[in-house]
Amino acid sequence: MTAAPAEPVIRIAGITKSFGSHQVLKGIDLAVGKGEVVAIIGPSGSGKTTLLRCINFLEEYDGGSVRIDGVEVGYKDTADGRRRRSDRELARIRVEAAMVFQQFNLFPHLTAAQNVMLGLVKSRGKSKGEARQIAEKWLTRVGLAAKFDALPSQLSGGQQQRVGITRAVAMEPKVLLLDEITSALDPELVGEVLAVVQELAAEGRTMILVTHEMAFAREVADRVVFTDQGRIVIDAPPATVFDDQPNERLRSFLSRFAAFHRPR
Amino acid sequence: MALFFQTLPFLLDGLLTTLLVSVSVVVLSLAIGIPLGCMLVFGPLWARLPIRLYADFVRGVPILVLLYFVYYGLPVIAVNLPSLPAAVVALTAFKTAQIIEIARGAFQSIPVDQMEAAKSIGLTLPDRFVHVLAPQAVRRFLPPFVNSVVDTVKGSSLVSLLGVVDLMLSLQQVIGRTHIALPLYGIGALMYFAINFPLSALSRRLEKRFI
Repeated sequence: MTAAPAEPVIRIAGITKSFGSHQVLKGIDLAVGKGEVVAIIGPSGSGKTTLLRCINFLEEYDGGSVRIDGVEVGYKDTADGRRRRSDRELARIRVEAAMVFQQFNLFPHLTAAQNVMLGLVKSRGKSKGEARQIAEKWLTRVGLAAKFDALPSQLSGGQQQRVGITRAVAMEPKVLLLDEITSALDPELVGEVLAVVQELAAEGRTMILVTHEMAFAREVADRVVFTDQGRIVIDAPPATVFDDQPNERLRSFLSRFAAFHRPR
Repeated sequence: MALFFQTLPFLLDGLLTTLLVSVSVVVLSLAIGIPLGCMLVFGPLWARLPIRLYADFVRGVPILVLLYFVYYGLPVIAVNLPSLPAAVVALTAFKTAQIIEIARGAFQSIPVDQMEAAKSIGLTLPDRFVHVLAPQAVRRFLPPFVNSVVDTVKGSSLVSLLGVVDLMLSLQQVIGRTHIALPLYGIGALMYFAINFPLSALSRRLEKRFI
């Protein structure tokens, strides 16, 4: 399950990123194979969300490279050196790494179905009819069959986030990026969202998720990546990360999630 | 009552002029102000700077000063406008500055998150603008815009000071001949109110619906 295939879907090599004088990413290397689920954990400020946002170039990395299926995400090499990609090129690449956001970020003026359809029609070239069918199929799968035409403001947080997941996964991206998708939810709504993610993982979708849900990371991830101070400190299967961890910094981080820091 | 029917056609002529001025000002200031407002949000610095200066300056000047500037001031540099066009130009200059501000606010109050979500499903800049930004901006634009139309109708009474026979001046002319002030001002006020009340009601409904 954890053996990385020959050509990874995502290959991150030596990326660096600074905000002003503060270097948030200090050279990150990470490869994610097809069908792998990688959970990124770490203290806040460790750069995990920035790392995730570099993968679809919402955050522009300074050095290094991010490749999706061999294609460099943010830049291309020309005769005059490295150039930032055009908006059109970026759009084509970004759709392969669709993202689900902490605050859902649904389009408030569109219904649930329209939220899902917009990218299908504009980026994937589907007809309105096809897009509507795909949207209804997916929304039904995540338990929102009765909510096709509801506006986001008429949905609960958990329902909104399920639409958010649907909007991303319906694009059939090569990798799904999940950025702390349950952090803004009331505790009783977390389960319904994680259940959807679990199902997607089970059907072999490639996913990278930043999460604070340690029990969930342990259950769903093939690999867990621990970031601290802009570097990847540990990259290992969940059992190795969560049980009898010799690394002092990781132990101290996990001890804050006391319930999950226990041998199996 | 006889007085009312005698003066009504005259007052209606004035009302028509008030409406003509108001509609011209609103249409022109929308046509100029919305592109400038968009440039103030999305444009390069060299474009933003003069627009910012214009909007701040004009909004800080009394409308009456603008009216006199255009009507009495511009002839000095050989720009001689008759009273009605001069009035429309001055009011449009003022309204345009307001529209620029309303448009800017409408766009800038949309959270950055919205653009990020649109990018992450592969929308190009034109698609992001048309399908995500613009529809949300319109909803934020409409309520303050409708209020601003109400202000235009009321503010248009100032054009009477340039000798344009709008509702205000026609009232004063009728009163000058008949010396019956109270009922006539009452009728005039009701006419302004008849235009503006539906607009205010519309604005309130828009606010409820979109905010």
